[in-house]
Amino acid sequence: MNEMDRPPVVLEARGISKYFGAVTALEDVSFSLRKGEVIGIVGDNGAGKSTLMKVLSGLYRPSEGKLLFEGNEVNFSTPSDARRLGIEMVYQDLALAENMNIAENIFLGTEPRRTFLGGLISFYDHRQARARASEHLETLKIHVKSVEQAVGDLSGGQRQAVAIARATAFDAKVVIMDEPTAALAIREVGKVLDLIKDLKKRGISVILISHRMDDIFYVCDRVLALFHGKNFAQADLGDTSRSEVIGWIMGTLNHKGTLAHDRL
Amino acid sequence: MTDSDSSDAGDRTTGKRLDVVALLDRYGIVIVIAVLGLLIYASQPDVFFTWRNITNILNQNSVHAILAIGMFMVILTAGIDLSVGSVLALSMMCLAVLSASMPWPVTLVIGPLVGSVAGFVNGVGITKLKMPHPFIMTLGMLFAARGLANIVSGGVPYSGLPDPVRFLGSARIPLGEWGGGMQSLPVVVVFVVALYIGFHIVFEHTVFGRRLYSIGGNPQAARVSGIDVDRHLIIVYTICGFMAGLAGLVMAGRTNSGFPNAGMGIELEAIAAVIIGGASFFGGRGTLIGVFGGVLVMGLINNGLNLNNVSVFYQQVLIGIIIVVAVSVDVFRRNVSTRK
Repeated sequence: MNEMDRPPVVLEARGISKYFGAVTALEDVSFSLRKGEVIGIVGDNGAGKSTLMKVLSGLYRPSEGKLLFEGNEVNFSTPSDARRLGIEMVYQDLALAENMNIAENIFLGTEPRRTFLGGLISFYDHRQARARASEHLETLKIHVKSVEQAVGDLSGGQRQAVAIARATAFDAKVVIMDEPTAALAIREVGKVLDLIKDLKKRGISVILISHRMDDIFYVCDRVLALFHGKNFAQADLGDTSRSEVIGWIMGTLNHKGTLAHDRL
Repeated sequence: MTDSDSSDAGDRTTGKRLDVVALLDRYGIVIVIAVLGLLIYASQPDVFFTWRNITNILNQNSVHAILAIGMFMVILTAGIDLSVGSVLALSMMCLAVLSASMPWPVTLVIGPLVGSVAGFVNGVGITKLKMPHPFIMTLGMLFAARGLANIVSGGVPYSGLPDPVRFLGSARIPLGEWGGGMQSLPVVVVFVVALYIGFHIVFEHTVFGRRLYSIGGNPQAARVSGIDVDRHLIIVYTICGFMAGLAGLVMAGRTNSGFPNAGMGIELEAIAAVIIGGASFFGGRGTLIGVFGGVLVMGLINNGLNLNNVSVFYQQVLIGIIIVVAVSVDVFRRNVSTRK
């Protein structure tokens, strides 16, 4: 495919560094993400994956470097700023309220409402929340008994699906997922990965942090490795192999050996 | 996501069991109240089910009922307010002391106003001073407000309040003559019922109310969803203090006085009513209707034992047992519903 035919770049990081006092968490990290692309970010614990995600989602401000969204430089001071542009984060600990139902969780913080007295009183529009939640789950092909089920009664995979539904409820352009399959039963992993593929089909770009090579090689278009807070290597999925990517995680290029990992 | 057939069938059976549990969860308190009512009715058939006795129960428990609304609100956010009894006394003393020199409209609003200020201080302390738990801040307020109640009054009771100030706590709406006498309805009963209906709507049908449930369920989730948790908590503690002030106004009206020892230990009775009413101490669970049921259970026990001339000490033992039973039933229920 020549450059003109490729989908446009949605999100780009240029030379991002992040220091915490004397500690350098990220140093001169760059990458770009195209519309409808799924990029896998790998790296060992402490490689800077989570810090980079927090910079992208507005939780941290970069110490150096800049972020470009659809070609324009952006500065996020809170996650709300990033959300407003359509960058959503699915947290590893899910950030759902187990005591509340699916619809209420999807619209947490963005509740459908009817306001009176100039916004002084806001009534929660339960009917609209239910209808819109059902419709949204329908388009994502997420099947639940009822959107009024408490999230605490759902399985891990269903919760992850609700968290993803929540992230995509309002015109998301980029969804960042931190280890979305780490806590799931094996039979539920596939469902979540298919959901990611579905987001891609709908033109949503996904940044997937994962330790699981199976996940990376099933859904990603491209994989990028961080090592000690720096860009280490990246490649299109077709141009690399599992053992090479595992080598990148451990900081070795052109890794071909047969380590314990490769035999698993 | 598509459920496989086997997991679907599994869900359906747990679904059925959950429905029974959910029904008990929601209406269990109604059954308890009905059984208590029947027991008392059986022991005192001539007295219990009379208009006079029923309105008496509601009237006598109006202060608890008002406090329980605020207490439920803070417990819903996984907090606690130990200071409501002291704040009640402080509000009551401020209005009693000022009633001698101020016009009655000032006296009328001063109680709830003082309560709100105390609650606001609690809320700011908990959120901005980053207290490890609301227990600490409100324990401090428990002592400070009680001390202030004694300071403003010189440690002595004040009596004799203007009629408009007494209205809420003591006025009765005449209803006519039946059952061997003039019957009436205390104004405060109507007021309490209206408060419960209003706050039920707040909890169930406003964005603010639903956000309180989310803050109690998972404050981190609320925070990353862009909800200003601290601001909500400050409002919640302010409302709880306002309720304590309102309860002080009602108590002052009923007793036609203010006394600095008022409401000692009443915070624990309000907490008991909320817990018996099915609210979770860990936040996020419970309904205001359940809380009203909890207040009624305590009122009925009190009434039933009084009618049968049982000593107040037995009432305390019984309330203690009911708290433990109510919470262990809740724990059992939680275990059943989380078993998958």
